[in-house]
Amino acid sequence: MEAKIATEINSAPLEWRQRKSKKPLSEKIIEGLIKGGGFSSIVFILAILFFILKEAYPFLVGAFDFKEFFFSTEWNPASVVKIKYGTFAILVGTLMVTVLSMLIAVPLGLACAFYISEFCSPRLRETYKILIEFLAAIPSVVWGFVAIMMINPLIINLFDVPIGLNILNASIILALMSLPLIVSVGEDALRAVPESYREAAEAMGATKWEVATRVLLPAAKNGLMAAALLGVGRALGETMAVLMATGHAIQIPDSIFEPGRTLTATIAAELGESPKGGEHYQALFAIGLMLFIISFIVNVSADYLIRGRRK
Amino acid sequence: MIKKIQIKDLTVNYGSKDVIHSLNLDIYQNEILAIIGPANSGKSSLLKCLNRMTDFNNSARITGDILLDDESIYKDEDSTFLRRRIGMVSPLPVGLPMTIKENVTYAPRMAGCKDPAELDAIMEDCLKKAALWDEVKDRLNTLATKLSGGQQQRLTIARALSHHPEVLCLDEFSIAIDPVTTMKIEAVLNELKKNITIVMVTNVINQAKRLGDRTAMMLHGKILDLNTNERIFGGEVTDIRTKDYIEGLFG
Amino acid sequence: MFRPSHELTKKELKEKNYQNLLSTITFFLFMPALIIIFLLFLKGYPALSWDFIFQDPINGMTAGGIFPTIVGTFWLVIISVIVSCPLGVIAAIYLSEYAADNKLNRMIRLAILNLAGVPSIVHALFGLGAFVLFLNMGTSILAASFTLAVMNLPVIITSTLESLQSVPLSYREASWNVGASKLQTIRHIVLPNSIPGILTGLVFSVGRSAGETAAILFTGVAFYLPFLPKSVFDQCMSLSMHLFTISTQVVGVPDAYPFATALVLILLILSVNSISVGLRYYFRTRRKW
Repeated sequence: MEAKIATEINSAPLEWRQRKSKKPLSEKIIEGLIKGGGFSSIVFILAILFFILKEAYPFLVGAFDFKEFFFSTEWNPASVVKIKYGTFAILVGTLMVTVLSMLIAVPLGLACAFYISEFCSPRLRETYKILIEFLAAIPSVVWGFVAIMMINPLIINLFDVPIGLNILNASIILALMSLPLIVSVGEDALRAVPESYREAAEAMGATKWEVATRVLLPAAKNGLMAAALLGVGRALGETMAVLMATGHAIQIPDSIFEPGRTLTATIAAELGESPKGGEHYQALFAIGLMLFIISFIVNVSADYLIRGRRK
Repeated sequence: MIKKIQIKDLTVNYGSKDVIHSLNLDIYQNEILAIIGPANSGKSSLLKCLNRMTDFNNSARITGDILLDDESIYKDEDSTFLRRRIGMVSPLPVGLPMTIKENVTYAPRMAGCKDPAELDAIMEDCLKKAALWDEVKDRLNTLATKLSGGQQQRLTIARALSHHPEVLCLDEFSIAIDPVTTMKIEAVLNELKKNITIVMVTNVINQAKRLGDRTAMMLHGKILDLNTNERIFGGEVTDIRTKDYIEGLFG
Repeated sequence: MFRPSHELTKKELKEKNYQNLLSTITFFLFMPALIIIFLLFLKGYPALSWDFIFQDPINGMTAGGIFPTIVGTFWLVIISVIVSCPLGVIAAIYLSEYAADNKLNRMIRLAILNLAGVPSIVHALFGLGAFVLFLNMGTSILAASFTLAVMNLPVIITSTLESLQSVPLSYREASWNVGASKLQTIRHIVLPNSIPGILTGLVFSVGRSAGETAAILFTGVAFYLPFLPKSVFDQCMSLSMHLFTISTQVVGVPDAYPFATALVLILLILSVNSISVGLRYYFRTRRKW
């Protein structure tokens, strides 16, 4: 075999071997496209900001009154007598729903993340993860439907109240909706804790529970906070389900059994009826701008918690 | 002797520290140059400069020049043609996730060779040179990733030969293969040097002794010693650390 | 003989209790979802029939079928995927293969993150301002699909990026080493080995678009249309919107009708997601490295 080894490496000039390939034009074009495409997300995020600002601008420089917009409870955009754009009641409604739903979802979701990441068998973990994905896939309009058809009668019967479409209902729905996100981000945070931490603690005789509470909880603190924060973002931004579940009444709810409304639902319910380019229409875009800014802050801080500290 | 490669005042750093510091080195045509030295002395980085793999590392800063056949390798902006002239074998075997056949014909195909007969000929030739043909000739269409580590390393060598390089660089090629195969490949390298130039980084001092025409000793990004094998292994060194390293006193 | 001390067993018992508590919480968290799906089946199934799927709604949407809504959803999903898939894959390729780790790159990542976090109703406002009004598409399938595409972009980018980066660097280096160009390496080495991840993300975004309601509210979806859309410049109905309409806006709808609609929507999305999960498992077992 050795004798057969061909050694004429350069003696037979191969045509393709000599060809000095210049980068073909097509390759240059494609690479240009790729580089352009890379910026698409920046372009879109700026475009979103731009177009919402563009529509909201006339209102912001016109009828907008800071004190009224943020502190008045009167939202009367279609009134004949006195038009008012006060979002205070809506803000309170949004806040109530968000806080209550997070009070339910964050502790439960993080407990669930701990269980799935640290205590359950790999097989069960896979099953739960698929379940989480399915749960996350249920569209918000179906959750809204569930709120009307199932949670509504449940609340009426259980608490003996006249209406079941209220703050509590929306909070329950929102909690269920944001759970998958909280669980999966929380689990990621726990998994990001190096295995050596666990081993070191276990070598010192700590039980799994002690490892979880004394080692993992502090180590994954930022990630878990980010999970909660992203849950808040999800709850704040949710539209259809809360529109259907809150009862959509413009008032400051006295209790969790009274209906309220949220920023997102207000836009969804009223934009269709407001004449394009009118003041009401622009005011709704201003609310959209507010939502955009809130979600931006929430997301940037969550990112900071996950990434920033780690460096 | 014809100078195939001339490295002139080469300095490389990845951000902070110089990995290679103002290094000068001539490599002659049809020789085997062995480069020895302890870990982190810049041997692999030197090879990476030869075929401009440093282009893909954004933090690499390079000054100085490298001439191949008296022409700067940095003359063309595009470095793909240069890489066809210089074959590179990395220390860890990499079977690309495709069939054995596709692996060996990958380079010619990317260079624009479409003739199936020619591709088959190249494949057989290269697999034979890498001492792998007998083991895989009946299963050329199986996945390369299913081969053993040693087989994958020989496949890597076959792939490096497939584009008919003028210079073959091997970075600790025997790390993942058994002694018998190593001897086979060493025989092949001896055969190949009739036509091409070989630069070989190795941690096995005996391999440098067996195979090299000349041996260079590198430490901290500099060449301490460079001489023919008879002299360097005969104890004729300019730096005492070379002698110590060869005798196993440090490293 | 060695015996565990009293203290240790107590500790073990406590440990056991805590674990049981966590597993119970986890189990019951998933109960509502399962109960809900079960109830949807129970109440929607009797109304489900081929007629229901293939007929138009009649009597002011209080009876009949949901055929136009399925057609509309189909249009919206397909077009949005056609738009967002190439764009998303290209953006991911840039981030993974070309972008240097610098400020700009971090800004792009932050933009993706925010794009994913923007509430869907804000996307709807953007779609209205940009596509319907500014680009003059009018309320149409096209405008609604584009809005959905922007919404799905971060999903596709993220899943594609993840799978591109799971291809080992050594493969790229091996390919560059033999004289393949960057683009050739992407085409022949990186992309073929990340198709599974790309596909999974794609299917996932199909499911998401099919269920989305808020983003298409003002951009191209009508409550009711007596005819099917003829081109992308027509409006259409959608399954998700229809469910919203008949459960909130129309009076006198028999319960079974919205239940069956919700069931069809859920089944559609769950089957699409099952495909996505199935694909992932299929490719994982056939992984080449």
